[in-house]
Amino acid sequence: MTAIEQDRARGAADGRREKSTRPSRIFRNPMAKLASLPMIFTALVVFVGGTAWTVFYSFTSSSLLPRTDFVGLAQYERLWTTSRWIVSIKNLAIYGVCSLVLTLVIAFVLAALLDRKIRGEAVFRSIFLYPFALSFIVTGLAWQWILNPDFGLQGLVRGWGWESFSFDPLNNPDIVMFGLLIAGLWQGTGLIMCIMLAGLRGIDDDIWKAARVDGIGTVKTYVRVIIPMMRPVFITALVLIASGIIKLYDLVVAQTNGGPGLASEVPAKYVINYMFQAQNLGQGFAASTMMLLSVVIILIPWAYLEFGGRKQ
Amino acid sequence: MNNLKTILMASTATILAGSIAFAQSEGGTELEVTHWWTSGGEAAAVSRLAEEFEANTDNTWVDGAIAGSGGTARPIIISRIIGGDPMGATQLNHGQQAAELIEAGLMTDLTDLAEEEGWRDFVNPTSLLDACTLDGRIYCAPVNIHSAQWLWLSRDAYESAGLDVPNNWDEFVETAPQLREAGLQPLAMGQQGWQQSLAFGAIAIGVAGLDAWRAVNVDKDTEVAMGPEYTAVWEAVANAREFARGSNVQDWNQATNMVITDSAGAQIMGDWAQGEFAVAGETAGEDYECLPGLGLNAVLDTGGDAFYFPLVEDEAVKAAQMELASTLMSPETQVAFNLAKGSLPVRGDVDMSTANACMQKGLEILGDGNILPSGDINFSADIQTQIEDLMAEFWAGDMSAADAQQRYADLVGQAD
Repeated sequence: MTAIEQDRARGAADGRREKSTRPSRIFRNPMAKLASLPMIFTALVVFVGGTAWTVFYSFTSSSLLPRTDFVGLAQYERLWTTSRWIVSIKNLAIYGVCSLVLTLVIAFVLAALLDRKIRGEAVFRSIFLYPFALSFIVTGLAWQWILNPDFGLQGLVRGWGWESFSFDPLNNPDIVMFGLLIAGLWQGTGLIMCIMLAGLRGIDDDIWKAARVDGIGTVKTYVRVIIPMMRPVFITALVLIASGIIKLYDLVVAQTNGGPGLASEVPAKYVINYMFQAQNLGQGFAASTMMLLSVVIILIPWAYLEFGGRKQ
Repeated sequence: MNNLKTILMASTATILAGSIAFAQSEGGTELEVTHWWTSGGEAAAVSRLAEEFEANTDNTWVDGAIAGSGGTARPIIISRIIGGDPMGATQLNHGQQAAELIEAGLMTDLTDLAEEEGWRDFVNPTSLLDACTLDGRIYCAPVNIHSAQWLWLSRDAYESAGLDVPNNWDEFVETAPQLREAGLQPLAMGQQGWQQSLAFGAIAIGVAGLDAWRAVNVDKDTEVAMGPEYTAVWEAVANAREFARGSNVQDWNQATNMVITDSAGAQIMGDWAQGEFAVAGETAGEDYECLPGLGLNAVLDTGGDAFYFPLVEDEAVKAAQMELASTLMSPETQVAFNLAKGSLPVRGDVDMSTANACMQKGLEILGDGNILPSGDINFSADIQTQIEDLMAEFWAGDMSAADAQQRYADLVGQAD
């Protein structure tokens, strides 16, 4: 056997070894891929397929049953001239901004307070998280009674002797969204608080010691050091809050049913009402496509910043 | 081991045999009937239907009540029919609600039975049967007539304010400020679009008169909808909006309860409000008054409920469907059901002498033929929902009557 032949044989052996250790990417971890097939299938057919189907039929005049009778953008034109839809968008914007800011602020403050190694932390944590165990329907009904002017908060305070006390948000079109906001915050803040608390617990004690050595105050340490370190936690919280805002529906149905008048209507309720009560699928699909579009408009720049930036 | 197997098999066989024997001894078919009649009076009325059905045929009524109003139940019913899981029979409001299901060939044709029994001869008004008809074929069995144009008044509320009980809408408008001064709510109104739309419809018939009403609702004439008659209607509704200020209840029966407890003077609501007065132990003419057509035009619309029969393969179920349709239209069922429900029968030839004073007024109007087609018959669900949205916005806010009239006329123009 010549040296060249030996080299070639070694090279072939190496090649074979390399092939056996690094197979094509598709066949790596076959069991894991097999197990995730149903989820991939669901995502493609139910989410992507369903979305495409909805967008497709939003350009038709479908009423009770889907029909391929194309009307162009007529459903969208009608949608954007409907005052109920405009009101719904405005309401969602008010609720969304307030809910996002207040949930993050309240949840972080509560979490930071619990993190100061106070006594009875477990008790407080349970109390704050408890409302999350209730559905939005129960939350809505409970707060409908609490905010009822005769039997709820207003009646109670008046009963204590403050006769002129007035707090009746659910019957006042100008502030009814804040009546919903109170209930929404009460229900959802506890969960975000727990996520924040977990984030705070993940911060190394050495950070705190270093801050103390440098003589930085507690509040400043939180704002300048801890919060930037908790970026992934905040992103998780943001996604949870945002998805809760865009799908706001059951709370409204239970608490105000869109009233008084149209003052607390929201887009998701418009979609459901027009699809089923008004038997106008095309209009409902157009509205839900607009909801999707608004989510996409927010999501794409964020995804670009988050994932596009990392490659460079 | 073998012994155990034998015992198990033997017992299974016995149970099977027993159940087969049971099914055979039943003889008839189980027919599932879906509906949304779940309140006290309504449930009592449904049980009359079930009793009559089981007494007259050897089939079994399987009750498929769906809690919530029609708005909740209809999507469930429709999606079951579309999704290939049809029930034996179902309640729907006749009119345009089921038109597309019929067009898609999902409903059973009742024409042969209807012709054999001569439905067209005794159904009064015949417009009810027309609402069940598509291309000359009959697809539903109407069971009752509900009308929306009623003004309910509390006698005690008026007496405590030292006023006479009004005899029509105009007198009510005159006395309303005095009721307010006496610390009473003049008009009880639930803050939901359909109730406000109902009140608008009733005021329109009263104020605009029948010709203008027909031009707008039946012929969809937008010029009349913008004309002086409807300007007067919108001004009257804007007036009524002021009388209803401070009425912060949601559901219609809560508003009716304000009239029952004499804290409100009046409510505009359909004849189903009668059930609430009856449950509260009040008597027509003594505790409360009723004015059909708001006391201005003694006419009523003829909405109501009908039963539809989804198309099925099973011959036995088909036969049971026909037997149910026949039972629903029989004079005995009509009387028993409608007395319990507080609605009017669809047959002009049955004895309703035991009905109360308000129902008698309704029967009289029906007998004179002063009837109109209902909103469900005139407008599609889509247009009705948009009208309700407009009403909800108008009644809760301070939209001007002229703006509202313009938007209403636009909606009428969209209808076909």
